[in-house]
Amino acid sequence: MSNEFHIVVCGSIVPDPLQTLAPQDGPNGPVLQNEMMLPAVLDPWAGHALYEAADLAAKHPGSQVWLVSLGPKAKLQQVMMAVSQKAPFQLVVADGSASGFEDGFETAKTLAETIQGIAGLDMSKLLLFGGWQSASRGSGAVMQMVGEMLGMTEQFQGVDKLTVGDDGALEVLERIEGGAYQKSVVDAAPAVLGWATGDLPEPPNNPQIGMQNMQKNMPALQQAKPADLSGTSLKFSAVDVPQQRRETRVVKDVPVEEVAKELVEWIKG
Amino acid sequence: MYTLRTLPGDDVRQIMWRFAERFDLQMSVQSARSIARSTVAKLVAEGARNTHEWTDQKNDLLTAFDQSGLTALFMDPHQGGFIEGPKNFALALVAFELAWVDAGAATSSLASNLALAPIHEKGTPEQRDYYMSKCVPPQPGEDREIWRGAFALTEPLPYVGVDTGVLCGKASVADWTDGEEPMLQIDKRGRFITNMDFANFVTAAVESNDDRIKGTFMVILEDTDEGIFDRGAPTLKMVHQLSSTRDPVLNLKVPASRIIGGYDVVDGVIVPKYNHSEIIGAVFHRTRIPVGLMTSAKLISAVEPVIRYHRNRFRGGDACSEGSPRFDKGLQINEDALQRLVDLWASGEAGCSLAFGASRLADRFDPIEKAKEAHFEAEGVTSVRKQMGVLRKLKEQVFEFIDLEYTPEAERDQVRYAELQSDTLVQYAYMEALAGVLNPGVKLWNTGEGANKMREAVALVGGYGITEDCPGFLMQKWTDCQLEATYEGPEAVQRRHLTMTMTSDVFQHIMENWVKQMQTAGQQVPGLGGYVIASAMELWQWTLNHLKTAKDDDGRKLYHNKRQGVTFAMADALGWLLGPYYLAMDVMELIEKGPMSPTLAEGLDDLTGFYKDLCHIQAARAAGEVARICTELVYGFNTCSCNQPAAEPGGQSTCAGREDLVDFRALKAKVDMCMAGSRMAKDRAGHALTEVMIPEALDYPIG
Repeated sequence: MSNEFHIVVCGSIVPDPLQTLAPQDGPNGPVLQNEMMLPAVLDPWAGHALYEAADLAAKHPGSQVWLVSLGPKAKLQQVMMAVSQKAPFQLVVADGSASGFEDGFETAKTLAETIQGIAGLDMSKLLLFGGWQSASRGSGAVMQMVGEMLGMTEQFQGVDKLTVGDDGALEVLERIEGGAYQKSVVDAAPAVLGWATGDLPEPPNNPQIGMQNMQKNMPALQQAKPADLSGTSLKFSAVDVPQQRRETRVVKDVPVEEVAKELVEWIKG
Repeated sequence: MYTLRTLPGDDVRQIMWRFAERFDLQMSVQSARSIARSTVAKLVAEGARNTHEWTDQKNDLLTAFDQSGLTALFMDPHQGGFIEGPKNFALALVAFELAWVDAGAATSSLASNLALAPIHEKGTPEQRDYYMSKCVPPQPGEDREIWRGAFALTEPLPYVGVDTGVLCGKASVADWTDGEEPMLQIDKRGRFITNMDFANFVTAAVESNDDRIKGTFMVILEDTDEGIFDRGAPTLKMVHQLSSTRDPVLNLKVPASRIIGGYDVVDGVIVPKYNHSEIIGAVFHRTRIPVGLMTSAKLISAVEPVIRYHRNRFRGGDACSEGSPRFDKGLQINEDALQRLVDLWASGEAGCSLAFGASRLADRFDPIEKAKEAHFEAEGVTSVRKQMGVLRKLKEQVFEFIDLEYTPEAERDQVRYAELQSDTLVQYAYMEALAGVLNPGVKLWNTGEGANKMREAVALVGGYGITEDCPGFLMQKWTDCQLEATYEGPEAVQRRHLTMTMTSDVFQHIMENWVKQMQTAGQQVPGLGGYVIASAMELWQWTLNHLKTAKDDDGRKLYHNKRQGVTFAMADALGWLLGPYYLAMDVMELIEKGPMSPTLAEGLDDLTGFYKDLCHIQAARAAGEVARICTELVYGFNTCSCNQPAAEPGGQSTCAGREDLVDFRALKAKVDMCMAGSRMAKDRAGHALTEVMIPEALDYPIG
């Protein structure tokens, strides 16, 4: 039996995690210092979802992959120079802020509207992929809301494995507590899958794929419509970077036994 | 006073180095970077450099290059590559990214391309398609080995180095049956041959020792050919240990069809279409650029680890308390640490701007050079002397084109400009003169001065700098610089090349236009250093013209090809001028195009302020070097007369024959005065380093 899927991956960009991320007040709420000038990467959780989507599409001929991104198109373009070499996909862009200070509901609404606008998308074949979390200080609830807005009630979060049976049934492994998995089976698409890390490595860059992707995706970037995220009533009272505590004491001429004893006492609290 | 907010990212580089519209190049950059900062950095951190042997661990590099498309970068799409047209700029960008972590890895990536370059430049179409296709990784559904090549020129043995005029590889006729392809016996020993551990083929330079073969040529040798293909002992080099080098012994029987470019049989003699010098000239015309770029990339790569080291220098222990300036800024509370790093950064930027400028020119020059050859062939103008004669007659048109080229678009005669732009021979004459200076200039200045500056980078990190696990691998990078200064012709070869090209009328006319351009820049872009570049160029040109006719006190001509104390020094001085000129052009591009980039708009004034200062600093440094060299040459060959009766030390009128140097003194004074502001620029740029936001950690492992 042929199992064709229309896989839509929601994923945007985050500042390179090695960068210094300092929040500060902007005219419309909190922002990151120099965020537009910092190098960005594809949100790692969304990356896992994208690589799983590409793998699934490759195993099921006729399937298609779209990457739907809400983010500033100029930064997205830079990131796509690397991401587009990893897997074949069609990019759909909503030009707006990818800041983690945006309202999750407004983000979900924009993504849902953008997905509904994809020409040729067959909702009956739709698998909606994304990260179950985000590295952008996000709420971790966007994928659920996008699914609800699109009327998709089969939802799974923390997914590490998806197996498609010959009959088209989807077997999903979701992370639950204690390092265990919950196995669920759904008869068929549509379904929402918020991916954890999955079990695929990051594909190596393939410039041939990149060239094919970018020939389609550059127009998508240039024609991206501005996203309207203005409906929020979200207010931030304060934002802070988690404080790193470091208490250093230089100890000289103390026998190792005494150092060990002190450490044990400290660990015991 | 501005603030440099972040270290310059891709969006800045793409504008300055002019590839913001080329996503194929942007993807190549990302591919190379991901390998550099993962596979390559891991190898260095794990100590893979500590052996001369090509190990399985090092072999991972080749797999990474294959998987990420770098192996296929040199090929055309119909050969399995993905970039159409010339690829000098693409290769330069890849060399930059790989050398950011390890230049040996960059050399490894480029070595197969160097082996293919003679075939690419002068090979027959069949040779080109056959070998280029073999060197591309297999496509889906294909099952074959990827071929890799080595380039064997190094002569004469036992020394390492290139004297391209001396060959001891020999060729003779092994068998020649009437009506069949002649078989050649090739006897070649190589030294320091890159890729030799795994090369499937070698492109070797040889000369005939048989009356039935004429002259010298290059030939393709394969590892399955009949005879000896002994890869030889590993070369005991002390640097670039992520590239494979051995000293091979090759004695093989090959068909004459392996002669690169083909051959004719004239009166029973095999006459190769190209001699080895013609091929090497065409190859080295381009491949020296990425080598120069490697050194400059390392200078810029040192900035981030040095800043991090300086800031963290006193944290931990009892040296200072949290919140104190010493804790927060570390060594950055000292002006010297900041300003020396600024010097290093400016030098790296100037080198990169020059090298990328040269590689962009090489991309434009490639098709023009081929079109010129086709034109002359069609016209039956085959000898080099006749071709030179034709080109000489076009001098006025070439000058006219150069004047238009350096006139702002709005002010020039566009119709005439387009007409001259479409004239193959005019374009050839212009680009050939410019490339003839830029290519050896990049190789000479970037590597030589870069090696000196890289030593400063190591010094800026104190004792930490000379350890194997110093962040940024600074010690390894410094020592590697010396090989870059040697590869593809050591500094003396580049100086010699420059002495022959920098005196051409066409280049001199280009420089006159550069002077005007920089004077305009000095007026329109305050703080860039345009005036100091322009005045140093004027001084250099005046000195060159003076030296061409001047004699020393013994009556010997000063500017003479045997008098390298004069000619080479002028080549060095020119090398200093090229970098700041190209950096100034790139900074002006950033000022013009930056506002259109949404990612840069926010902090653009700060960014361009910093770059203008870097350019000004480098311009002043270069002008100082030029002034020193020119002064030594102009005055240094005359005897001091200050000890004559009635003479006063330093009195100009008593300095024999010096009245004719009024113009020189005026030009030199102008250079001095045009230094105005350059130290203020250094103060500002140094201060900016105290505030710039850097990542929390280096983005590659450090051991």
